[in-house]
Amino acid sequence: MSTGLKRFVTGFFAVLLTTVVFWVPFYFVIINSFKNQAEAAEMTMALPTTFEIFNNYKEVLTTADNMLIRAFYNSTLLTVLSIIILIFVSAMAGFVMQRREGGRASSTINFLVLAGLMIPPAIVPTIWVLDSIGLFKTLAGITLIEVALHFPFSAILYKAFMSTLPREIDESAFIDGCGGVRLFFSIIFPLLKPVTSTIIILQAINIFNDFVNPLYFFPGANNATVQLTLYNFMSRFTTSWNLLFADIVLISIPPLILFIFFNKKIVAGMTAGAVKG
Amino acid sequence: MSTMTKRRYSYVFLLPAAIIYFVFFLLPTVLSFFFSMTRWTLTDWDFIGFDNYITFFSETALSIGFRNTLIFAVVTCGLKVLLGLLLGTLLTSSIIFKSYLRSVIFFPTLLSTIAVGITFSTMMHPSQGLINISLAALGLNGPDWLGNVKIALLSVALVDVWKGVGIATVIFIAGITAIPQEYYEALKIDGGNAYDGFRHITIPLSRPAMNTVIILAFIGGLRTFDLIWAMTKGGPGFTTDLIASIIYKQYQAGFYGLATAGNVILFIGVSLLAFPLYRFLTRSEVDQ
Repeated sequence: MSTGLKRFVTGFFAVLLTTVVFWVPFYFVIINSFKNQAEAAEMTMALPTTFEIFNNYKEVLTTADNMLIRAFYNSTLLTVLSIIILIFVSAMAGFVMQRREGGRASSTINFLVLAGLMIPPAIVPTIWVLDSIGLFKTLAGITLIEVALHFPFSAILYKAFMSTLPREIDESAFIDGCGGVRLFFSIIFPLLKPVTSTIIILQAINIFNDFVNPLYFFPGANNATVQLTLYNFMSRFTTSWNLLFADIVLISIPPLILFIFFNKKIVAGMTAGAVKG
Repeated sequence: MSTMTKRRYSYVFLLPAAIIYFVFFLLPTVLSFFFSMTRWTLTDWDFIGFDNYITFFSETALSIGFRNTLIFAVVTCGLKVLLGLLLGTLLTSSIIFKSYLRSVIFFPTLLSTIAVGITFSTMMHPSQGLINISLAALGLNGPDWLGNVKIALLSVALVDVWKGVGIATVIFIAGITAIPQEYYEALKIDGGNAYDGFRHITIPLSRPAMNTVIILAFIGGLRTFDLIWAMTKGGPGFTTDLIASIIYKQYQAGFYGLATAGNVILFIGVSLLAFPLYRFLTRSEVDQ
């Protein structure tokens, strides 16, 4: 077989295989979210006889007193707040960690940060701590939890990127009379922009998709996040698969949009972070 | 380090992160060792020594979690390494539709685990599910994927691989791309074929990538909760209960001390398995 033909045949089979393995589930969810309740209950791949797109999506958004809309609001707010704090604290941490690498405290700090990548958080003691300082079941509490748990990965990415910024930049800033604080905010932080955008995209998806932490630390009907709402709809809509699937489609849209626009950045961040971790 | 450095790169920069990380992660972790030895109602506690741990190891409903978690971690990790390596090799070779294929394989890693879990539990329904209907069309009799105690855990593991193989693949792609092309050219001159290249160049030289995938996938497997919870809730019986889902069940039932003991066991398990694994893998990397 000629190389050209071989390339084509292998590629063709790979496309065929991924279509079955990946596209079939996507198609299955999307097409069933367009059906009426009876047709969706058959759980087939067939096209719907009547497209109930508008009704289904409207119902899933307004059911239980606009629960899903509130959940989208909560999740968006949680994601935005967590990301702002996360970027701020981990950029500063990564800056100092890299510039003071080799110092007396640095191996302890590195160890504690790396440990956070591996060790599962202690659930009930965390609830106890949150409760003691009055932050259990509050947006502030869950935001700080998300920051704490996503800090190690972000700090390690920042630290790795800092090592590509030469110390000469700092030196010339110091000679010009710049202090540490001004150096960081007006010179270093803008230079960190490539890795900052990677972290924003990657961690926004992670926090938006987070199920476990809101489940434990942000319970309560008013506090619903999108993942919790989807989980609750699983029991509410046991017979209305069309609505459950409509919910799945809706909450998959934000990561899909980020993926379409920032595909390369996401992959770069995941591999960089992974190789460092 | 000079006082100049200390003043310029002050640890004050670390302070906001340190406070948040300490209060919401490190402190609870340290406290968990104490609270795991108590009967605890969140407001009040009785110190009961190692009773919670004894309960955890002696009750089948709880101790089954160790076996399941280990099986789940080993199976998902093994499959991710194997498939990730094969897909990584395929997607760095000169086939057509490469970037399309990369995107399709990678995209599921960005989806919500709960959404993926619900979708696959529907498709794995024994009589109505898409998978068994398709198998029936081919004349095959599909099993009860999530209802059969012998295969339920493996079914969930397969879904975890479906969702997570994309990360393994992109890490392998990064590793394989870093291998100098000259090695393959030299092999070609010496008369080696594509398989030789895979066996004697790709596999040994993508070891750093492989180590990363092993560690990430293994730790991820040990900590898995949401996929199990969305698909089986630990059932049928306790056959798919992982340590993390047992912790949640004990928490729901109000056994806070017992749930915390589960947390400490998971902590120790991850440390005992993952840290030595990390050191072993990174050491053999240097040796080669």
